[in-house]
Amino acid sequence: MWEDWAITVTVLLPLVGAAAIALIPKAHEETAKPVALVVSAAGLALSVAIMATYYLGGLGPGLAFDQNVPWITAIGANYHVAIDGISMPLFVLSYLLTFLCSIYVFDHIEEPGKPKAFLALMLLLQTGMAGTFIAFDLILFFVFWELVLVPMYFMIGVWGGPRREYAAVKFFLYTLFGSVFMLVAFLAVYFTAPERTFDIVRLSEFGAAGAFSRAFQLIAFGGVALGFAIKVPMWPFHTWLPDAHTEAPTVGSVLLAGILLKMGTYGFVRIAIPILPDGALAYAPIIAVLAVIAILYGALCCLAQTDLKRLIAFSSVGHMGFVMLGIAAMTPAGINAAIFGMVAHGVITGMLFFVAGSVKERYHTRAIADIGGGMLQTMPRMGAIFTFVAIASLGLPGLAGFWGEVLALLAAFSPAEQLSAYLPLYRTLMVLAAVGTVLTAGYFLWMLQRVNMGAAPDRWKDAALADVSRVELGAWIPLLVLILALGVLPFLIFGMTNQPVTDLLGQLRLGF
Amino acid sequence: MLAVYPLTFAALLFSVGAYGVLARRNAVLVLMSIELMLASVTVNLVVFGHLAAERGDAALTGQVFALFVIAIGAAEVGVGLAIILLLFRNRASINIDDADLMKY
Amino acid sequence: MVSDYAWLIPALPALAAAIIAAFGKRMARKGAEVGIAAVALALLLALAIAVEVFSANVATVAELEAAHESEEHAAGQGVQVAMAGDRAAALAAADGEAIEIPEGLEAFVHERGVTLAQFQGDEGFEAGIRIDGLVAMMFLLVTFVSLMVQIYSTGYMHGDARYTYFFALLSVFTASMLLLVIANNLMLTLVGWELVGVCSYLLIGFWWEEKVNSDAAIKAFLTTKLGDVGLIVGVVTLWGMFRTFNITEIITMVGEGVQAGEAALNQGMLTFALLALFLGAVGKSAQFPLHTWLPDAMAGPTPVSALIHAATMVTAGVFLIARLYPLFQASPTAMTVIAVIGAITLFGAGLLALVQDDVKRVLAYSTISQLGYMVAALAFSYTAGIFHLFTHGFFKALLFLGSGSLIHGVHSNNMSDMGGLRKPMPVTFWTFLIGSLALAAIPPLAGFWSKDEILAGALSAGGATGTLVLVLGALGGLVTAFYMTRAMFLIFAGEYRGHGHPHESPASMRWPLVALAVPAALIGFVNLPFDFAHASGFSAWTMFSLEYFESHAAQFVVPLALAASAAAVIGIGLGWRLYRTSPSLDEDPMLRMGAFTRTLQNKYYLDELYHHGVVRPIRDGIAQGAYWLNDNVIDRIVYLAGAGATSVGRFTYDYADQRGIDAGVNGLAGGANAFGRDVLRKMQSGNIQRYAGAMFVGVIVLAIAFAVA
Repeated sequence: MWEDWAITVTVLLPLVGAAAIALIPKAHEETAKPVALVVSAAGLALSVAIMATYYLGGLGPGLAFDQNVPWITAIGANYHVAIDGISMPLFVLSYLLTFLCSIYVFDHIEEPGKPKAFLALMLLLQTGMAGTFIAFDLILFFVFWELVLVPMYFMIGVWGGPRREYAAVKFFLYTLFGSVFMLVAFLAVYFTAPERTFDIVRLSEFGAAGAFSRAFQLIAFGGVALGFAIKVPMWPFHTWLPDAHTEAPTVGSVLLAGILLKMGTYGFVRIAIPILPDGALAYAPIIAVLAVIAILYGALCCLAQTDLKRLIAFSSVGHMGFVMLGIAAMTPAGINAAIFGMVAHGVITGMLFFVAGSVKERYHTRAIADIGGGMLQTMPRMGAIFTFVAIASLGLPGLAGFWGEVLALLAAFSPAEQLSAYLPLYRTLMVLAAVGTVLTAGYFLWMLQRVNMGAAPDRWKDAALADVSRVELGAWIPLLVLILALGVLPFLIFGMTNQPVTDLLGQLRLGF
Repeated sequence: MLAVYPLTFAALLFSVGAYGVLARRNAVLVLMSIELMLASVTVNLVVFGHLAAERGDAALTGQVFALFVIAIGAAEVGVGLAIILLLFRNRASINIDDADLMKY
Repeated sequence: MVSDYAWLIPALPALAAAIIAAFGKRMARKGAEVGIAAVALALLLALAIAVEVFSANVATVAELEAAHESEEHAAGQGVQVAMAGDRAAALAAADGEAIEIPEGLEAFVHERGVTLAQFQGDEGFEAGIRIDGLVAMMFLLVTFVSLMVQIYSTGYMHGDARYTYFFALLSVFTASMLLLVIANNLMLTLVGWELVGVCSYLLIGFWWEEKVNSDAAIKAFLTTKLGDVGLIVGVVTLWGMFRTFNITEIITMVGEGVQAGEAALNQGMLTFALLALFLGAVGKSAQFPLHTWLPDAMAGPTPVSALIHAATMVTAGVFLIARLYPLFQASPTAMTVIAVIGAITLFGAGLLALVQDDVKRVLAYSTISQLGYMVAALAFSYTAGIFHLFTHGFFKALLFLGSGSLIHGVHSNNMSDMGGLRKPMPVTFWTFLIGSLALAAIPPLAGFWSKDEILAGALSAGGATGTLVLVLGALGGLVTAFYMTRAMFLIFAGEYRGHGHPHESPASMRWPLVALAVPAALIGFVNLPFDFAHASGFSAWTMFSLEYFESHAAQFVVPLALAASAAAVIGIGLGWRLYRTSPSLDEDPMLRMGAFTRTLQNKYYLDELYHHGVVRPIRDGIAQGAYWLNDNVIDRIVYLAGAGATSVGRFTYDYADQRGIDAGVNGLAGGANAFGRDVLRKMQSGNIQRYAGAMFVGVIVLAIAFAVA
């Protein structure tokens, strides 16, 4: 029965693919590329098929493809996987990005090559990412969550830039540091719940029914939130991000920005808020303040950057600030804004990192000053794509970045009724976040001016800089189309998320 | 039969042999001293074998064992003398102090 | 109904843009023909819609008057009275005459929409169109000016390397503005608004090889974006109050004095939202103090300037205020702010135009000044504001295209390089003259009628703000006439001062000038300030409600019109006296007035203030500081946490582990080793007799032990 095995197969397929790639003899290392492409294409096809059955088959709006079998009976951990409208966009996006990365890898693989190892790690990463979004058991969730760390650690540590070891270790340890608190909080929830279970659905029911005392929620939410906040990353836990992004290979950056960061925000939506709603309400104003600090601060730091990839990395801090601002509003509008923001950021920033990687490959430098402008002259198509994506990233209406941001502002203006004591705070934050959009526009336009515009310096005029290649086009066109499509047709995401989000928050009896 | 005399004799003989083993430097004499000790043991065997026979043991185990000891003693002397001969051939000495190859 | 197809008006240029971008380079005319065809179709459709909407409104007015007459005949015979809003009643009461609107009779509005996405239960974003008099008027203006500009561009941009790209952008620009205009909800307005902004960025920075141009583009985008913060905050606030973006619904709720959930209207919040929205208008419509981007925006190609100034961008702010006029009416504070800002802008910017040498900058400052008139006018009279918007669109487009023709002819923007161009460029001269006279508000050209209506509105409103606008408006008229006369003489009179031989522009550039000169001269007649025209002219066409229309009768104050005309004539006379000889730059009297000139040439030092007071502190100060903070504090904490953990680890390793536990283990091993080396080894003497002796001793010890046991 398709609905019984679909998710399991889809999630484990990349793992099998990774194993298969590992078995390829070293002499035929190049065959790893087509194999990875086929595996990731199959994964994408399966995930799209899941989405199609879910919506065309009318399985929604609740959980579907539900599989719940005992796993580690000693502690009551189950293999519980399912999918709903909240998970769906992120789930499919993870397959899409991996697929595009496996196209991109055909031409672009950083030193020291070794496509076999690289692609095996990438597919392993895919299993971890996708698994996080469909796990409905805290232990299973945690396993997938941690599974992601290892391949990304090696990707950064082996294929990264000059400071790769520092960045890789920082990424790994920082995230792990947060995970520990998260795990402890999970265990605390497990032992405190009326019935000992790790099942997220059951625990959410307990949470909605008020089974956890307020004092307990304050502590437990703090632990869970720390783990998620580091992954998001929220200010001031963000400093691993610029290092990791700057040093990571292109594909690593794309997946890191595109999917990994969303695991943190997804955790807030899926676990922290439903299970510990009172804790979430208590922490929401703090989260909102930190989110707005991140928006302004990320933009300011971007203005100070001289390194292209680092600039984009800091822009992620600001964009994730908008996502967190939406979450902190604790209303359906806010959560919907957050999910839309996650997808949009995944698509746009993933694309920005693709371009930055390709630019770096051609210029052999990431320093904006060394590129020296004139990319529209030397590589017109690359420059045009770069302009398009940068403008999308600064939140132009009609492109993907807009809806998440504006809806987050909307949500921040009228947060949940339980937060009405903080209404002036939220409204002030809304205005400040709106000011952040000007700064965001400022640094992106300044970046475009310094990279794209002006006359190309002499040293690049003679250098034969190849414009966008076919492989690159193949990897990028789906993202470019998606950026436009999400901007023009926002219901592509809101249509999936609105009902489950409204139900989820309705269950918590928050007023909005 | 009073066993104390032969046993005392055997003890004295053993003591003489032990002294020879520990004190003499000449390898041949050490070997002979070992034979003395062996002989004292043989005497003991015979004495206790006789005592056992008086108590009704018809197997004469002691006496038979004594015969074995004498036979093995003869073989031992043969091997021992061969070693001493080789020692002499290599070192031109049968002083036992010179044979300290196993020293630390 | 033709209005059902109104969505095609923005859709056609958008589609054209897509086609040009995809196939333009392979077309015979490199895509220009597609853009022109699309906007021409849109213009035809706009005309059809205008006919429908305007005639419907005129018919409504006629019906109302018929009803009033019959009412007078049969007073009190069951005509139901529907009052809409306290303010209308108050206005009516002030006139001492109740305005009674029969039920079912209202200004033309056609609205339809689809849900774009829901984000909170049933609440959601909507994509919808709203057609009424104001929109129909804007359609006419935007499509007509855009069509002229595009035809003109085929000549002006001929041979440019990015010709196709230029036409694609023009189409997007037009489509964005039309989207802004047609939107029935504020979110869609915001979408169009921002799209207009980004198109202006791309077009102003069209020749991005020069850093000056991309600087100007960034400045334009960021300054208007700063205003957009206000717009976003305003839209969000209005949503928070009314839980809808729909303009009609918001207006209705404000009229009934309620907000979402039937709560009473929060007047303070409404004023806040309106002021925020007005900030958006200040940015987009280049009002003081956010006007500084507009003169710099002259860096773009001249047709773009024409489009920006006349139709597609700077009018957006004025349009927004007009669009939400019933809301602004409900907030006297907001109205006062609008009047004051408008008055400051109209006069301050007019003065700045006095000292410019670049012909496009003269026009740019005159645009800012005229926008100030529109904004100030809206504080008192809806019709006056949008009427000036309408007439100004035509003659300002004409002037900009004319200046483009001049630049094309002499290859310089500066008036000091021109002079004596009347003979070589006759078409440009005559059309430019018509535009200048219209701008200077000389009767009976278009500008006269619209400016007169503004001043009349201010006069009848009275009070401090009314007087301020009246006085500054009249003085501004003098200044306007003066600087346009100055420009005319510097350009066309005297001897040619530039290089090469000036030549008249090609036909593709001449015809749009002629086509624009006609409305620039005559369009004022659609709104003659007399009663017979009131019921069938512009104010009836574009009314947003019958109540407002009825309570604002046409007024023509003859002394005021004479005084305003006199001011204009004085300005012209002064200009004629000073500039008749077309003096060169060194002899220009306006440039030899000491501190006055310096202040104006430095644009009141606002640019310096913004650059040194805002941009540089943020970019080079706060941003660097934040990044320093990031690296040296936040990341340092993370680093120190890591380093601290490492040193704790090192300490543990060094002392507890290596010198503690491991030292114990090593000591045991070492002790055993030493004991073996120093003691046990000695026993291995190799002396067989010692071994034997030891054995004996052992035997004896064992024997004793057994014996004891």
